[in-house]
Amino acid sequence: MSENMRRQSVSGPQTDSPNRRSFLAGLLAAGSAAVGALLAVPLVRFTLHPVLARTTEKSWSDVGSIDEFQKLETPVKKLVTIEQRDGWRKTVTEKPVYVTKDSKGELIILSAVCTHLGCTVPWAEKEKKFICPCHLGVFAPDGKLLGGPPPRNMDRLETKIEDGVLKTQYQFFRQLTRNKEELA
Amino acid sequence: MPANDERSGFRRWLDRRTGLDSLLDHALDEPIPGGAKIAYVFGSGLLFLFLSQIVTGVFLAMYYVPSADHAHTTVAYITKEVTGGSFLRSIHAYGSSAIIIVLLLHLTQTFVYGSYKGHRELVWLAGCVLLALMLGMAFTGYLLPWDQKAYFATTVGTNILSEVPWVGNALKKLLRGGTEMGTLTLSRFFVLHVFLIPAFIFAFVAMHVYSFRKAGAAGPVTEDPVSPKLPTKPFYPKQLVMDMGFAMLIIVALGVLAYAWPAELGPKADPSDTQFLPRPEWYYIPVFQYLKYWHGSTAVLGILVIPGILGLLLVGLPFFDRSLERRPWKRPISVGLFTIILLSLGVLGFASHREDMRNPGLAAQLRTQHEETVQFMKAKFEPELSGGSLVAQNAALANPEAAKGKAIFEREGCNACHGDNGIGTSAGPKLIGIGSKYDAPKLETLLRTPTEKMTSGGMQPLEIKEDEMKLLIEYLQSLK
Repeated sequence: MSENMRRQSVSGPQTDSPNRRSFLAGLLAAGSAAVGALLAVPLVRFTLHPVLARTTEKSWSDVGSIDEFQKLETPVKKLVTIEQRDGWRKTVTEKPVYVTKDSKGELIILSAVCTHLGCTVPWAEKEKKFICPCHLGVFAPDGKLLGGPPPRNMDRLETKIEDGVLKTQYQFFRQLTRNKEELA
Repeated sequence: MPANDERSGFRRWLDRRTGLDSLLDHALDEPIPGGAKIAYVFGSGLLFLFLSQIVTGVFLAMYYVPSADHAHTTVAYITKEVTGGSFLRSIHAYGSSAIIIVLLLHLTQTFVYGSYKGHRELVWLAGCVLLALMLGMAFTGYLLPWDQKAYFATTVGTNILSEVPWVGNALKKLLRGGTEMGTLTLSRFFVLHVFLIPAFIFAFVAMHVYSFRKAGAAGPVTEDPVSPKLPTKPFYPKQLVMDMGFAMLIIVALGVLAYAWPAELGPKADPSDTQFLPRPEWYYIPVFQYLKYWHGSTAVLGILVIPGILGLLLVGLPFFDRSLERRPWKRPISVGLFTIILLSLGVLGFASHREDMRNPGLAAQLRTQHEETVQFMKAKFEPELSGGSLVAQNAALANPEAAKGKAIFEREGCNACHGDNGIGTSAGPKLIGIGSKYDAPKLETLLRTPTEKMTSGGMQPLEIKEDEMKLLIEYLQSLK
């Protein structure tokens, strides 16, 4: 039926069956769907922002001037400030770490969190060992496990030296596992 | 059901349970006397814009927090950090302007075509309520970003209420949730903007559309509004295609605007700022200018009586104007009055702009405000320090130079106005984060020779030795 003939008749629900509409209707529906899908793109990207954006990027915290640690004899406790982002807020907290030396005499940084159940491990000056007060896990000055229930050595943190400042990337690790596993 | 039913099994199944096909037929076969016209697209354009506002609004609410503490940070986060956030917020912000423009076009078309005549009082009344509700949406939405212009424009806007005799102050307090603007005001505006007014809009849109379909489309100006004579043509396909084309035009225009000129966000509301010149959104400028002319004993006349009469004239139009004559050239009084009101609004808007530009003090302040907004938009997003964080002063004192600087800060009495640890007081702005705003040389310049705006706020030039200045700046930069 031509468009003109159709215009002549006053259309009502009875005369206008769905199949007569079908071609143009399909075209309009497809067009609307395409435009709708296009419009939905920014909405989807907006929603997925926290999922896709790398907001939890690890950041480096200052531990102290490198000169401070050159003549290090025994591990020293330092507080590093870490900034955690949570969407539009940030939390600034301090976490204890130990600056010490490995067997080759290189500066390393250990997390003070016990690998057993997460207590903060103090340095026992008299014994020259780290002794965890909770379950008596014992670690050497370089963090090596000497005895007690902990499953592994104390956790080493990434370090770097920039402009004479020792920096570390503070991280949390899973407790009670033999291998060091990062927690996001 | 016809025997040669060619619909798919599913369509038949669905239709038997929902009546969807007959509903669709009813919607699409709406008879239009004289056929489709571009002039009839504005109503559906408004519906489309309203839907766009709902969709963008719902998505914005995913990140927005309606509290005086966090609103501005969350809007800044949407604008500066979230993927597509600035675009979405701009579509929403410009969408409100678009609604006002298309509302005016819709109202003008209806008025000029005399389409309110002939059993169409309820269509018109529901439309008037929708106009008021939309203006309410614009007013309440404007406060939500909680930036300087939002805060001060709403302060002025709510102050007008106190001109209402007897109950004015009570009304103002009710709307603000107290005597002053604050976080409770924001909560109230949020609830109005997101829950209450939209619910009423849904209801009145339903009433508007239903009563419109009951009365039927009015057709061209020569048509009889009660019993149309012209042959009718269905809404589908021609009018539908026109309506869809108009919707496309709107969304493309909004998209281009949002992409090329993203909506701005100014610095966070600072209630202690005594300099800020509030200016409402463009569509409220004529009203803003009009209200300037009324104060003292005549205020009630200008603020209540005249707008009341005009409002009554508008709302009651189909009751006063009972003639069935629709041709505008045969209705000189009503069309003339309508034109005069529209022109007056334009003239008032222009007068406001001219006054602002002619007064060098005002113009300079408005320029400064604009620059502050531009500066804020350029600055990187600064996340808000959460409650459990180390407080700024501890971090500052870890640096011995900053600790000495703090002593100078206190000796020179900076804390008297800027607060202990630079947290700000009603006498002076907070200094936390100032280090990310200005570098050390710029800070030194500002301290030694404060800008005009700073001195007018009570800032004194600081004359201290070079080495002490260094320590003080070290301290200021540690305030994060």
